[in-house]
Amino acid sequence: MTIEVSDAQLVERCRAGEAAAWNELVERFSRYVYAIAVRAFRLPEHDAEDVFQDVFARTFERLDSLRDDAAIRPWLAQLTRNACVDRLRAGAREQLAEEPPAEVLDAEMERLDEALDVHDGLRALSGDCREILDRFFAQDESYRMIAEALDLPAGTIASRISRCLGKLRESLEGRKPGSDTSGDW
Amino acid sequence: MAPHDEERLGELLGLLPPAPAGWVQAAQELPAARLQLDEIVERARLDAGFRVQLVADLEAALAAAGYEPRRALLDAVRERLPELDA
Repeated sequence: MTIEVSDAQLVERCRAGEAAAWNELVERFSRYVYAIAVRAFRLPEHDAEDVFQDVFARTFERLDSLRDDAAIRPWLAQLTRNACVDRLRAGAREQLAEEPPAEVLDAEMERLDEALDVHDGLRALSGDCREILDRFFAQDESYRMIAEALDLPAGTIASRISRCLGKLRESLEGRKPGSDTSGDW
Repeated sequence: MAPHDEERLGELLGLLPPAPAGWVQAAQELPAARLQLDEIVERARLDAGFRVQLVADLEAALAAAGYEPRRALLDAVRERLPELDA
């Protein structure tokens, strides 16, 4: 079982200069920043990459100015939104680019926040469950691909996904997921 | 957190695909890259010959000095070059 490090603890360790903590912070929020750029703002890949690097560069430079370490997520969200808006406005001078309406954007951000809560919930599961759910839902891999990658019988993938989803739901509802420590599906 | 059915959980997981691995790696290397950048700028400040090489052919000068001339490093050094002339 991995030891859960809170966002605030992670920020504190980054500020202390721990390289491993910075790696973990980038890993923890990379999907969120990426999704805001490509899903909420629909930036093309090359613009999204610039925004992504810019957001983490600013995070690294300005981490000291964050008043509440636990608020790293909304802080990053705002930083990413601002970077996307800047990018769209700069792009609008060269070609047609539209900023999504505020209400659409707010709804999408809310959905991504909820998605990140669920994704964070994966940390309470076994590595096997995390991997199979991530491969199937987030990486859109087929049963066959998952079976090959994890060296499992293809006919068991659907039931494993279902069991792991059940454990994720238990975890998010505050219950201890059953049989989680030994790679038990 | 609101209760979720399992279909909804799957849908939400699907909203967060991994960012491209190269982007994540570049962001993780930022602290080391900043140190490297400071080192290059400091060396250029103290060594006029190195400074001239950087201006003439940035990529070759960095490679010759033992740095891997990745795009992010080239952009960052290019951005800092004007301050060396000041």
